[in-house]
Amino acid sequence: MSTIHSKNAEIFNKDRAKTTWHDQTFWALREKHDNMAKQLPEWEELRSHASDIKRHTITHLADYLEKFSANLESRGVIVHWAADASEFNETVLDILKSHNVSKMVKSKSMLTEECEMNPYLEKHGIDVVETDLGERILQLLHQKPSHIVVPASHLKREEVGRMFEKEGISKEIGNYDPTYLTRCARYSLRKEFMDAGAGMTGCNFGVADTGDVVVCTNEGNADMSTSMPKLHIVAMGIEKLVPDYDSLAVFHRLLCRCGTGQPTTSFTSHFRQARPGAEMHLVIVDNGRSDMIADKEHWQTLKCIRCGACMNTCPVYRRSGGYSYTYFIPGPIGVNLGMFHDPQKHCENLSACSLCLSCDNVCPAEVAPGSQIYLWRQSLEALGKANKMKKIMSLGMSALFNNPPLYNAALKFAPLANMVPDSFTNLGHLNPWGVGHSNPEFAKKSFRSLWREGLK
Amino acid sequence: MKVGLFIPCYVDALYPEAGVATYKLLKHFGVDVSYPEKQTCCGQPMGNAGFERMAKPLARKFDDMFMDFDYVVAPSASCAAYVKVFYPHILEGEHECVSSKKIMDIVEFLHDVLKISSLPGSFNHVVSVHNSCHGVRELGLSSPSELNVPQFNKIIDLLKLIDGITIKEPERKDECCGFGGMFSVEETAVSIRMGEDKIERHMATGAEYVTGPDSSCLMHMAGIAKRENKNIKFVHVSQILAAGL
Repeated sequence: MSTIHSKNAEIFNKDRAKTTWHDQTFWALREKHDNMAKQLPEWEELRSHASDIKRHTITHLADYLEKFSANLESRGVIVHWAADASEFNETVLDILKSHNVSKMVKSKSMLTEECEMNPYLEKHGIDVVETDLGERILQLLHQKPSHIVVPASHLKREEVGRMFEKEGISKEIGNYDPTYLTRCARYSLRKEFMDAGAGMTGCNFGVADTGDVVVCTNEGNADMSTSMPKLHIVAMGIEKLVPDYDSLAVFHRLLCRCGTGQPTTSFTSHFRQARPGAEMHLVIVDNGRSDMIADKEHWQTLKCIRCGACMNTCPVYRRSGGYSYTYFIPGPIGVNLGMFHDPQKHCENLSACSLCLSCDNVCPAEVAPGSQIYLWRQSLEALGKANKMKKIMSLGMSALFNNPPLYNAALKFAPLANMVPDSFTNLGHLNPWGVGHSNPEFAKKSFRSLWREGLK
Repeated sequence: MKVGLFIPCYVDALYPEAGVATYKLLKHFGVDVSYPEKQTCCGQPMGNAGFERMAKPLARKFDDMFMDFDYVVAPSASCAAYVKVFYPHILEGEHECVSSKKIMDIVEFLHDVLKISSLPGSFNHVVSVHNSCHGVRELGLSSPSELNVPQFNKIIDLLKLIDGITIKEPERKDECCGFGGMFSVEETAVSIRMGEDKIERHMATGAEYVTGPDSSCLMHMAGIAKRENKNIKFVHVSQILAAGL
């Protein structure tokens, strides 16, 4: 019955201490969320207001996109539209080539991960340098993010320190003090900022009314990426729009409180136009998002603001790690996004959910990723991806439960199963329940028998 | 007031004592209880596994069987939640679901409908309350820890009516125990780890018993605890409430 996720999770769980550490690290973020949420009396209204704004924006997206892009164009920003990942990558490459850029510094953007932009640009001779500390560490280790907000949180400082020594970034051998390592990274990055011909940022929010590209970071690296080079390229998914400053304020209050438990990010930058002598490009990307709007059951996924709260609260994510999922975005929302991206490839992530629904409650935009996973599971049969053993078990239960006399007979004979010793049923392939459990004992008399014998 | 008793399949076969306790509680408070004998399962195991179509005939029969009662009461939060939350969706377009509006967990029924204020009997033990996910987040038996809402816990409100009991809650009071139906056999490693963590936190309260509104979570934890020789007992909340009846 195992899925790719469950197999990866099993490997992850073999290191018990690391699983504990991973669980506690992300639970700490969940607790920070709780503390923040409880400080705002209007918290639940904020969430529902955010959900309403997103529903409204998504259902009027064409109008808002037009307004947003017209606002930016009126100030000289060059706006590009990309239908999919390859169009996006090609557009970025064209911009860089036409400016003779060979090195680009880049602040964090999950959209560029989604489009696999870095390897594409590198293949075409562009040196792409990540500037978010976590992303930079991963880039040097040739790893992918294991979380969307804190992408390298699965690493311990010793692992980072050893890699920095190898790369010549840290000179004091054996010094794994986080402040020291951060300083080393800062010095190393400073040189990259100076040399780069272009800077790329993502876009957390696009304000349609004013044409603001809003970027939230904790390290100020987006500002460094845009204030040194003369070329700024923004990568933005079409769903990032909000109508106006009032709605931006709602999301601003939610994003960070949900993701990292801070009242707000350390840096919030609004970009409206290029600075004097510089050029600003905006690439607006669809890459399957319009299809999401049209999906009656799952359109809500598009409300997601990528705060990562669902990952932090997910007991499965916390105990299986980001790399156990097949899609690059892990956790509850990643399971859903993977189903949009390529259901055949990513449907095995659907097992990574006990349907506890805690994610439905922390989500600032009321996406309800857990409830959505239940719905996605219903499409597995049509995809030809239903697990055979689960189907046989379900068919068996279905036959039993739809036939009360058969069910009665089964109840009567069930206690016989108590005579089978645990050692026999602990063979996983015969009885998956037996892998970690002792078997429950069937009652000598079922409730039904007791009722018939005169309980009433 | 006519109440239909719903005893989910696994309670029927494995934990009839929770069903008996529920029945005794209802009788004690003078409720007119019946048990329709053709009931079996609510269909949740199939639905959660991705085979909702197999749950549909069960939902239809369930609704027909229980439609004339004023309330339907079950000693299993998760099954009650399945009827309440999912039946209207499953039967949409072919049958207006009536039972979804009438179903309640026994805790919810005693607390919200009968509003009981006393219970005979005593239970001189330390118990740790297991706030099961569906009880918390689908039925609202307690306030979910993630939400900024006034804090309440209907299970604890009722347990407080019993003499001699010491009530505790574990750290991470409503984190999932890792059962999740077929999740527990599909994602064994994570499921067992979640169960172990949960048992550890319950035991850290000094509890002798873990109690809750959902025998399925208790079954999962009891299975792990027994396998690992942990010294802790599991009992459905209705059995504690009915201790003096």
